[in-house]
Formats: sequence, C-alpha cells, structure tokens
Amino acid sequence: MEFTIGTLVLVSFAVSLVALVVLIWTISRSEMRFTQADAHTIFEAEARGEGLDDPGTRPEQTGSPQGRDGDSLVPESSRRIILFVFATATLWLLLGSSFGLIASLKLHLPDWLNSVAPLTFGRMRTMHLNLVIYGWLSLGLMGLALWLIPTIFATRLRLPSVAMAGAVLMNLSVGAGVWAIGAGWTDGLEWLEIPWQIDIFIAISVFLFVVPLLVTARHRNVRHIYVTGWYYLGAMVWFPVLFIVANIPGLHSGVQQATVNWWFAHNVLGLWLTPLGVGAAYYLLPRIIGKPIYSYSLSLVGFWALALFYSQVGMHHLIGGPVPTWVVTLSVVQSIMMFVPVIAVAVNQHPLWLGNLGAFRASIPLRFVSIGALMYTAASMQGSIEALRSVSSVTHFTHYTVGHAHLGAYAFVTFVLFGALYYVIPRLVGRVWPFPSFIVAHWWLVVVGFAIYFASLTFGGWLQGKAMLDPTRDWMESMELTVPYLTGRSVGGSLMVLGHFAFAFNLIAILVGRGAERKAGAGLAEARAVAAPQSEGGN
Amino acid sequence: MNRVLPLMLLAAAILAFATVFLVILPAGQIRTTAAAPGLEPYTEAQLRGRATYVDLGCVYCHSQQPRAPEQAPDVQRGWGRPSTAADYAYDTPHLLGTMRTGPDLLNIGARMPSRAWHLTHLYQPRAIHPTSIMPGFPFLFETKAEAAPDDVVVQLPERYRPPEEVVVATPEALDLVDYLLSLDRTYPAANPELRDNGYSQDRGPNK
Repeated sequence: MEFTIGTLVLVSFAVSLVALVVLIWTISRSEMRFTQADAHTIFEAEARGEGLDDPGTRPEQTGSPQGRDGDSLVPESSRRIILFVFATATLWLLLGSSFGLIASLKLHLPDWLNSVAPLTFGRMRTMHLNLVIYGWLSLGLMGLALWLIPTIFATRLRLPSVAMAGAVLMNLSVGAGVWAIGAGWTDGLEWLEIPWQIDIFIAISVFLFVVPLLVTARHRNVRHIYVTGWYYLGAMVWFPVLFIVANIPGLHSGVQQATVNWWFAHNVLGLWLTPLGVGAAYYLLPRIIGKPIYSYSLSLVGFWALALFYSQVGMHHLIGGPVPTWVVTLSVVQSIMMFVPVIAVAVNQHPLWLGNLGAFRASIPLRFVSIGALMYTAASMQGSIEALRSVSSVTHFTHYTVGHAHLGAYAFVTFVLFGALYYVIPRLVGRVWPFPSFIVAHWWLVVVGFAIYFASLTFGGWLQGKAMLDPTRDWMESMELTVPYLTGRSVGGSLMVLGHFAFAFNLIAILVGRGAERKAGAGLAEARAVAAPQSEGGN
Repeated sequence: MNRVLPLMLLAAAILAFATVFLVILPAGQIRTTAAAPGLEPYTEAQLRGRATYVDLGCVYCHSQQPRAPEQAPDVQRGWGRPSTAADYAYDTPHLLGTMRTGPDLLNIGARMPSRAWHLTHLYQPRAIHPTSIMPGFPFLFETKAEAAPDDVVVQLPERYRPPEEVVVATPEALDLVDYLLSLDRTYPAANPELRDNGYSQDRGPNK
C-alpha cells in the first residue's frame, strides 16, 4: 500500500472540517431545530424552582426529583442502586488513591515495601490506575448517569434491576481485575492491563448499565434532548466499542498493537470520561445556579467537534516513535483542532459561574463543578500544546505528562464527580450532609494538595525533559533532579488522599442516618416509612 | 438534536472513521511488513523473562524506542539507532513505554552484556548506582547459607550482602536477565519509513 503523509492527513482533516462546516450551516438554518429556550429543558423536566439550589446544606431542598405531573423521577428502587454505586465507587477511590500515594512514595523511597512482588512500583502504580479509572470514575459516572438521564428526560429509570446487576458485576470485575494485576496476571498494555477474561465481565456490566439508560431515553417525557443527554448517549456508544475492540485477544501485535493501545487509551479519556464529565457540568452548573447556560447552540459545536477531533488524537503518545509519520502527524493536527470544542464549551460554561460568584462562594458542590469545568479547559489546552512535536520532545517520557494526566482525570473529572455526589446524595437520602466542616476540609485539602501535586510534576518534569535532551549532561542527572519534585508530589498526594477520607467520613455518616432531615416530603427514609414511594408529597 | 437514534448512529460513524485512520490503515501498513532481517525470535527462556518484565511493570519506567538524532541525543547516550516497526515483529504485548524514569532499554543487551551486572542490579540497583530510584527485586532471589553447585551467586558489595549468607538467582531472575540480554537491535534498520520521521529535515523517505 502506498501512503503519503499529505494525502491521508489532508483527507481526514478535510472530512472533519467539512463536517464542522455542515454542522454550523445546519445550526444557522435551524435544521437541528432547537433554540436558546431549549436550554431551559432541565428546569422544565423537574418540578423545582429556579434559584440557588444546594441540597447539601439546605434540608428543604433535599427532595427527590419529581416530574411536572407529580411522578417521582428517581423512585426508591433507583435511589438504592445509585447509592450503592456511589458508596462502592468511593471505596475504590479510597483504595485507588492510597495505592497511588504508595506508588508515589516508592519513587523517592525505592527500598520501601519491596519484599514481595505485589508491592513493587510497577504493580502498585497499575492497580492505582485501574482502580481510579474503572472503579472510581467509570462506576461513579455511570451511577451519576442513573440519576441524570431520568432527571433530564423527566421519566423514571426503566429496568432498574438490570442496572443493579450491572453495578454488582462491575464491582466484582474491578475487584477481580485489580487482584489479577497485583498477582501478576496482566495483559500488559497501559490502560488495558486487566486480563481479557475479566474484561468480558466489565463489558457485560457496561451493557447492563447502558440498556436501562437507553430504554429510559426512549420513554422520555421531554421534546428536546438536553446537551447533557448528547454527551451521555455518545459515551454509551463509544465506550463499549473501544473497550471490546482493544481487548480482543490475539488480534493485535507489535507496533500495530501500540496504535490500538493509544487509540483506546486516549479515547477512553476523550470519548468516555470527558463527555461524562462535561455532560455532568452542563447539567450541574445551570441546575445549582438556577440559570441556563450562556449560548445553547454553541454547545452543538462543542459536542460534534469533540467527537470528530478527539477521536483521532491518540497517536500523539507515539511522537518520535516507530509508527508511520502520517498517522502521528494526523493526531498532532487533530490535537490542535481540539481547541475548537474546548473553547466552545468554555464560552458556554465559564461565564455562567463567573457571573454568579456569590453562588460560587456559597455552594461547595458548585465550586467543585466550576473548577472542574475550568480544569477541563486547562487540561485540554495544555494537551493540545503538548502534542506539538517541539513541545513533545521535552515533555514526552517525563513526569510532566503524569501531571497533565492528573489535571484531566483528577482536577477535571474527579472534581466534577465530587460536586455531583455532594449535590445528588442529599436528594437521594432526603438529608443534608451531617458535617459541613468536613466538606470545607475536603475542598481545601484536594485544592491545595492538587496544586502542589501539579506544580511539582510540571516543573520537575519540564526540567527532566530539558536535561534528557542535553547531550552534555549524563542521563542520570535527568533522573536525580526529579527527586525533590517527586517528594513534593507525595506531599500534595497525601493531602488529596486525606481529603478523600474526609469525604468518605461524611458519606458514611449521611448513609447511617446522620444529618438534618427534610421536614416535609420524601427522601429514602420517609419513603420506606410510608411504604409507598408514589405517595411522595410536593416540594 | 431531539432524537436518540440518529445521534447515536452519527456518534458511532465518527468513531468508525477515526478507527479507520488510527487502527486499520496503520495495521495494513505495519502488519504486512516482515520482521527486520537481523531480528531473531525470542527463545523460550527469553519469553518467560519477558513475561516477568511485563507483570512486574518495568514498562512504566523504561521505554523501548530510541528517538532519532534530529529529535533527541538517544544515539549519543548509547541507546541505539532510531527503531522502526520492523524491530518489534515478535513483541506481544508491545513494550514501547511512555516514561523514562529509567533509561531506554531497547539495546540494553548490547550496552550491558554482563549477566552478573544485571543480577546485581536487579537485586539492589543502589549497589551499582547509589542515587538510583529503581526498586530492588529481592523476591526474584533466594538467600542461602551455602550455594549449590549449579546456583548462580549474585555478586554484592559488603553493605548489601546478608550476613553469613549468599544470594542466588531464582530461575525467574535468570530468565529475566536472558530477556534483557536479548534486547539488541544493533543490526541495520529495516523499513525506515515505518517510524515517525517528522523531525528530519527532508521528512524521511515517506514523503
């Protein structure tokens, strides 16, 4: 086969660009048939007043969502599943971030915990990654989807028992997969370490989540699909395809396997965690503030440009490597094009919370979501710049990229998920958070901790890369100079883990029945008392 | 944007489009290429050693992909010539790596051909490089009062030697070293178009 950089990159780029133009044209022609008024869909789907909405500290706002006709959108059966998912995801977060801290400490205390193989850096680090990606983020965000999809579509969750089976199976698979990695049973590919025999069950559990959500979408009681729904529906198509294709045993080998590896690993961020995180922010920012997003039609560009460009950026992980030049160049070009959807989302989301700083100060859930959304802009723009060949020469192979990965997966997605949990859980149990001081502690621990974490790795990693490119310096210098920065990362990481325990403490307390209850109406406790979820009163 | 099915179909089509470019076309180009003429398949012992390298997660600190001189001084550091796809024909799972917390290892067998050096370094890296942050792998070794005739004894400085005992390599450690010594791609490059030549002035042979 005869390939040239020019033709292939050009064809792909041209198709993407044409699609974008068609999109803009259809918006201008109103072919997509929606207006700024549709941004109010989320307020109309639920019988709930506009204005600052923070059920975390206001007992009167902890009511379970109800449709305009008085139907409960999240009846008790759904509430139990969502709480189960959130509680188990938090457990994986505690375990996963503790493992991450241990791995971080091992990089400057190399003789610590070395007696057995499961404790070695290579396994600890890998268990950390798989726990936080599959156990915490994927599971937690699917739990959030079980709340968001019914709420934006103004109907109850269908097939809740199927979703519950998915939640149980996902937990078992994550546990088994991480145990396998600890025991040395691995597929050996970054982000795909869990053995394919266990991956089968992860794939099944994702289907068990997706099917009830799609059936719910079919029964929606709103005319318009709110932007959050686009992102969630897209993600539900993308993740199963990515996960199954990348895990088929025996299909991939050699360098070709590396291209599949990074096609998967970057798309799991771009077409799974990112849409779930951005979609959640598109719901939570206007919901908590009580005002619609800035420009609803712009969100269309943000969504489709994300799909077009993000899906092709993966090969920037192989810059300077043994893969054909054209495919690397293609990914570099599309990485730069990612500025388009990122700016579209930024223009939509940031004016909303920046224009309501009073709400930002008053509500910690809103702070988590707003800063999370801001960090999406930051992480994506940093990623686009990092994909430039000249910048990649410095940052590739260094701790700088680890800092970047955590800016996306932690400061963006995890922050949004924290905000979502602080908002949703009180409305599931009908009580406010029992220890508001722990919420404040959680916020400041993870904000300060992450700032230290990110600054350490960014500066240390950049210096490491510069040293590695300098032929007059011995390679050992590039490693030795990182040690103080790696120590700084452990300090920041410790604060973050401490913050997670503060959150978990509050979660346990609210689940065992602490915290001020809502006087009228229904949370889980009241529903059980009257044994008739449908009889829930007004708000 | 008021209907579910068209949205999901379009989303799937976009991913399929990306997959053609990032997965199928590169596969067509790479998989049809033969192994480099100088490249030997791994032996049984080397494959066992490679499996240990994979399950201990060595790849998370060591890359196996020297860069071109136009981009980085990898050749000057003795890490070998820029590699091409044909150098990895027998590599499953691939171990290209994304970090250089440790040095690149694609040619470690050529650079450090001593088995004794590797055994000492794997048992306690700081016995060789005092500032190293690589973990030791003591669980790949046994300590005994006295070595049996066919035992491979690990040479250690006084500081790291257990008192009154000798450290001997397990078969797992010997296989791992066998694999490390097999990492030698010093033969001439094949298929120079199958690598990222984006840094070279003439953009390489792949115009």
